[in-house]
Amino acid sequence: MSVLYIAIPMALVIALIAVIAFVLQVRSGQYDDLETPAQRMLFDDHDQEETETR
Amino acid sequence: MIIKTQSKVICTHCGLDVPSGLIQPERKNQFCCGGCEGAFALISGSGLESFYAIADQKSLQESVLERVVEDSEFCEFNEPVFYEKFVCEFTNGSREVDLSIDGVHCGACVWLIEKLPSILPGVENATVNWPRRTVRVRWKNAIVSISVIAETLHRLGYRPHPIHVGENQLRERKQNRQHLTQIGIAAACAGNNMILSAALYFGMFSHMTAGMSQLMRIASCVVGVFALLGPGQTFLRSALNAVRTWTPHMDLPIALGLSVGTLAGLINVIRGAGEIYFDSLSVLIFLLLIGRWIQFRQQNKAANAIELLYRLTPAKTRKMIDGHAQATLVDLVQPNDVLEIRPGDVVPVDGTVVDGSTRIDEAVLTGESQPVLKLAGASVMAGTINTDSKILVKTQSIGRTTRLGKIVDLVEQASLDKPAVVLWANRIGGYFVLTVIALAAITLACWWHIDAETAVERTIALLIVACPCALALATPLAIAVALGRSAGKKVMVKGGDVLQSLQSPGTIWLDKTGTLTEGNLKVERWFGDTMRADVVAALEQASSHPIASALVDFANDCWSPKKDQSLSTPNHTVGDFRCLVEKAVEYRGLGIKGTVGGRTVLVGNRQLLTDQGVTPSKHQQRIAETIADGGLSPCWISMDNVVVAVVAIGDSIRPEASAAITSLRHRGWKIGVLSGDHQSVVDRVAQRLQIPSNLAMGEMSPEEKLAVIKKQPDNATVIMVGDGVNDSAALAAASVGIAVKNGAEASLAAANVYLAEPGLNPILRLFAISDSTAKTMQVNLAVSLAYNITFAALAFFGFINPLVAAILMPISSLTVVALSLRAGNSDSINVMQS
Repeated sequence: MSVLYIAIPMALVIALIAVIAFVLQVRSGQYDDLETPAQRMLFDDHDQEETETR
Repeated sequence: MIIKTQSKVICTHCGLDVPSGLIQPERKNQFCCGGCEGAFALISGSGLESFYAIADQKSLQESVLERVVEDSEFCEFNEPVFYEKFVCEFTNGSREVDLSIDGVHCGACVWLIEKLPSILPGVENATVNWPRRTVRVRWKNAIVSISVIAETLHRLGYRPHPIHVGENQLRERKQNRQHLTQIGIAAACAGNNMILSAALYFGMFSHMTAGMSQLMRIASCVVGVFALLGPGQTFLRSALNAVRTWTPHMDLPIALGLSVGTLAGLINVIRGAGEIYFDSLSVLIFLLLIGRWIQFRQQNKAANAIELLYRLTPAKTRKMIDGHAQATLVDLVQPNDVLEIRPGDVVPVDGTVVDGSTRIDEAVLTGESQPVLKLAGASVMAGTINTDSKILVKTQSIGRTTRLGKIVDLVEQASLDKPAVVLWANRIGGYFVLTVIALAAITLACWWHIDAETAVERTIALLIVACPCALALATPLAIAVALGRSAGKKVMVKGGDVLQSLQSPGTIWLDKTGTLTEGNLKVERWFGDTMRADVVAALEQASSHPIASALVDFANDCWSPKKDQSLSTPNHTVGDFRCLVEKAVEYRGLGIKGTVGGRTVLVGNRQLLTDQGVTPSKHQQRIAETIADGGLSPCWISMDNVVVAVVAIGDSIRPEASAAITSLRHRGWKIGVLSGDHQSVVDRVAQRLQIPSNLAMGEMSPEEKLAVIKKQPDNATVIMVGDGVNDSAALAAASVGIAVKNGAEASLAAANVYLAEPGLNPILRLFAISDSTAKTMQVNLAVSLAYNITFAALAFFGFINPLVAAILMPISSLTVVALSLRAGNSDSINVMQS
């Protein structure tokens, strides 16, 4: 079990990396608009299928 | 204006009825107007017919009806000034611009606009921001120009404008990102700490080695301290401010609990013994931040009032250069420039009419429901609409210096001066922190003489468990549930303080038009032979006075509905009347005179009759008096000097108004009218609704409305209900500003509440929601206080060990969550009934 002495700090470091990645994403503006992507995904693929079946 | 027709043919694009004159039997697709036909051609030509499968036709209809008569050329977008101001250029030659677009109603619109690259070659991508109603377009300038892009958007039914990005928007975006960053970090801390503490709890039963347990404790401590000093800082700072300004609120006990908990945990980790609370603390920070973000989003949902006010004026205009009108951007207009303003145009600047005469709809600024006649020399104001004919206007002021700009300043000022409502939870926060400190002192004193170490331990335990997590969650949660629920009932509420303010009765000021009345003139009763209606209508065709269109509408209703009516023109043709109108003369402020089929016809007020030497009978005069007593205006009709009919014309009061006002009075509210309309009109409405005359104020300017709202005593709740830009300053200053459907967008942004349904019923619903929320909040507060008292007692007697804390602390929060959600479901029925 002594591997945990390394594994836990490492896990925390990985979590820190994930947090930093998240902060960078927020800064880049990815989360500024939370509503349009939800609308966008409703129709996009639908259109592809329809035009193909016609 | 929709006119009922018998035809069953509907428009392929928008689903509205097609006027009979435009029906083309040989064709499969039928269109109600050229705009729809153009949009359909463009959409189907690009292979995007599936738009019609997903589009909500109701919203398409709205956008068709909103379509303003305007030239669809956007050549001014190509000017260097436009590029300099709005366009951003990339090294690879593509360019990008943000445009604000009108008429985006549903997901299908987003889909269609984002298909722009497949409609127009050269456009690289188009990204819609739905909440803001903007699109970011990136294109290759070598292949397509921005004016073509703008024109295509316009043809699809979405009118583009350049955006001035305001400081407020930038600040709001920054704050939103800050909130999200904090939540993200807090979530990571909370999650990791839960895992670590789970290991520790299981370790208690499975004989974890001391070294391993200490490792977990250190890890938990690191994460916990990180959470407190990172995202948790918000609470520490706000508590510090509360102490400094001596305004205790909920953040104070929270910060106390958080910091004492962290400190005690830190000491215990270093000591290697005793309880640590980092898991609870991290989760608490995370949950509280989410609550805060929900509130922040609600408050900023509607875009900035100031931005919207500027959208009221057009971005472009037509400037007279050497006797020719040329399209240009309003930003480039200088004082003394002469602008051409065509019918249907919005006046872009303040100025004086130098040529031509017209009627101008000033409702947006003055609340005056009827267009005002403007002759050469009269002044016109930015934001008003030219309804009749082309005029030339000499510019006096532009932008911030116009009257509209001054109203913007008023709105800005009023929203800054608005007294903040202290939420119940914050109010008791002060008492709460005092009680906790007192209890802690008692605990310390009681146990001190027995054993100093036990005393300190129990005092710390008490300080931590008394941290009002449930209490702090109770209010935002109840509010979040209420806001979500009210949105489902077509009442958008921007903040929880609104729901609380409604609980203490004060004064409600109503804007007359749109709330109390239907908003347009109508023939209420026709005393006399309705066979004459066609003759009257034929004569009134010549006039654009609102009474004239009321009479024409009436004639259309009582005569055959089979006529040719085109949607695009507000003055419908009454061709079937086959009346010959000759020599129609309009007497301003009196009425109209003309010869129809060889007979002299007069339509107008009593003064017109007297002027023309016509005397009505005693009976007819009595009818007129009855009409006036009923709050309506009598309109006389005479033929060949004999009065043939008296017509009652009025802006009819909404059917539910009277009952709704009575019910508001029962709740203890005073009702008043604050309108820009003529005093006589306001008096009539007030009289019919039994509103005391000292509370019925007409002819109010935006500044006067604001003054009335501000005059109220500080602690009294003032509600302003309104719809126009002229109301927006008053809406912003009132304790609760309620904007009504179809109002100007700027007034929506200035208000705290938006009613998506006209009339007074949604206001009653808002009160019902406020009631049930108040009840939920009180229950929540009682429950969480009970939990906290129990905790404090347990801590006092030394029963708080990690296990008890681990079980009780989440249960208290869960109870509150469950109570709030249950309230959301159960009392929705009561709200519906009321």
